[in-house]
Amino acid sequence: MELKTPLYEQHVQLGGKMVSFGGYLLPVTYKPTSLIIEHEAVRNEAGLFDVSHMGSIFLEGKDALENVQNLLSNDFSTMEVGQVKYTLMCNEAGGIVDDFIVYKYNDEKFMLVVNAANREKDANWIKQHLTGDCLMNDQSDAIAILALQGPLSEKILKKLMKEEDIPAKFYTFLENRSLDGVSVDISQTGYTGELGFEIYFKNEDATTVWNKLLEAGKEEGLIPCGLGARDTLRLEAGLPLYGNELTDEITPLEAKLKFATKLKKDHFIGKDALVEKGEPTRTRIGAKVTGKGIVREHAPIFSGEEEVGISTSGSHSPTLGYPIASLLIDKAYAEPGTQLEAEVRGRRIPIEVVKLPFYKREK
Amino acid sequence: MAFPKELKYTADHEWVKLSEDGKTATIGLTNYAQEQLGDIVFIDLPEEGDDIEIEDSFADVESVKSVSEVYSPVTGEISKVNEDLDDAPEKVNEAPYEAWIVEITNISEITDELLDAEGYEKLVEEEA
Repeated sequence: MELKTPLYEQHVQLGGKMVSFGGYLLPVTYKPTSLIIEHEAVRNEAGLFDVSHMGSIFLEGKDALENVQNLLSNDFSTMEVGQVKYTLMCNEAGGIVDDFIVYKYNDEKFMLVVNAANREKDANWIKQHLTGDCLMNDQSDAIAILALQGPLSEKILKKLMKEEDIPAKFYTFLENRSLDGVSVDISQTGYTGELGFEIYFKNEDATTVWNKLLEAGKEEGLIPCGLGARDTLRLEAGLPLYGNELTDEITPLEAKLKFATKLKKDHFIGKDALVEKGEPTRTRIGAKVTGKGIVREHAPIFSGEEEVGISTSGSHSPTLGYPIASLLIDKAYAEPGTQLEAEVRGRRIPIEVVKLPFYKREK
Repeated sequence: MAFPKELKYTADHEWVKLSEDGKTATIGLTNYAQEQLGDIVFIDLPEEGDDIEIEDSFADVESVKSVSEVYSPVTGEISKVNEDLDDAPEKVNEAPYEAWIVEITNISEITDELLDAEGYEKLVEEEA
């Protein structure tokens, strides 16, 4: 069955082209605009995304920290209240169950914001591995989430919120703040490579918050944006997508996520396997398409006649104006400047290895 | 939405302009097709002189989000390719009925499934 977010009717009214994603019906673009227009709005002004399909799973209890430390690859021991952290959740073999961000409310309460498609898998995995005094509380169906992204996002928020209620630092959040009268939790986070905020609140306030934000941002050029722009924005920003760059079979070290994989930590599920595997032989890297064509996911990558890897995502980059792809390839071919070829429908397209991210905002 | 009367259409959302003698066809994508595809960023065009049969794919149209093949409604030989689309594939979004993709000549067979403007409009209404 296709699930709907609380904003389904708003999307349809705004001309959203609804598609199924992670079990939810969500807009890929909106009819009055286009993917490229939505993408550019986020890079230059601001865009509003409904990301209510994301799961919000709470871990609560005296042993919550201990459980977070055991389940997740990052180190949460020195994390402060009001901080947000990116992490992987690994399986015993070191493959990735999911990747997500974790909010610390207090020593006994953490929120995990997980990928929609992995929500059930994550919940089952967590349940199986909980120890001590810690309960899992899946609030996904009660919480709506909006992502307000773009250089003008803060300016727009200031029309609806007091300045002290808007998180000033990247990867921090504030709890129970008023957005023009509606209680929200709000973090300075996102999936676009721009300044941006993610806003959590009760489902029943979804239409109110959505409309308030769109109205407040009208002058600044804020428009609703769909999954299509979300994907091209995150690809340019070098951010991995579960199911593409990350799977149960790919390790965090192969995916170049060492920063979130703390092998010095006493223990976490998957650590032993990762230590045993040692330095990976393949790695995630970017590619610029120098030939003609678009390279999408699952294209075999060749150096001469030797197959050296595969593409995991790819699209035309609206910001750069040429096609880009992310690759999982043999480390020997991952040096920037290396000339390779991608095979697309039987045709070889020249590509060049480049560093990630493709796009970085000026601060 | 525009459905020019002088054109024929396929169920795959192509428009076909046939010469009076029925020997030459100019083919492009309909307005509905370009709307569904979204921003078109690349078209993999065929070569002039290629022989083509009914149902053969003669071009790949890449939008930011997806790729679609364009199938030939006729059997013949590709006599012209709109090379403007190499540098400016977005012309298909901007003016779908002007931005032709190929011209096929020496036509020996035409699919019997071509629709007139009215029939195509009905099909689009059903799909939308």
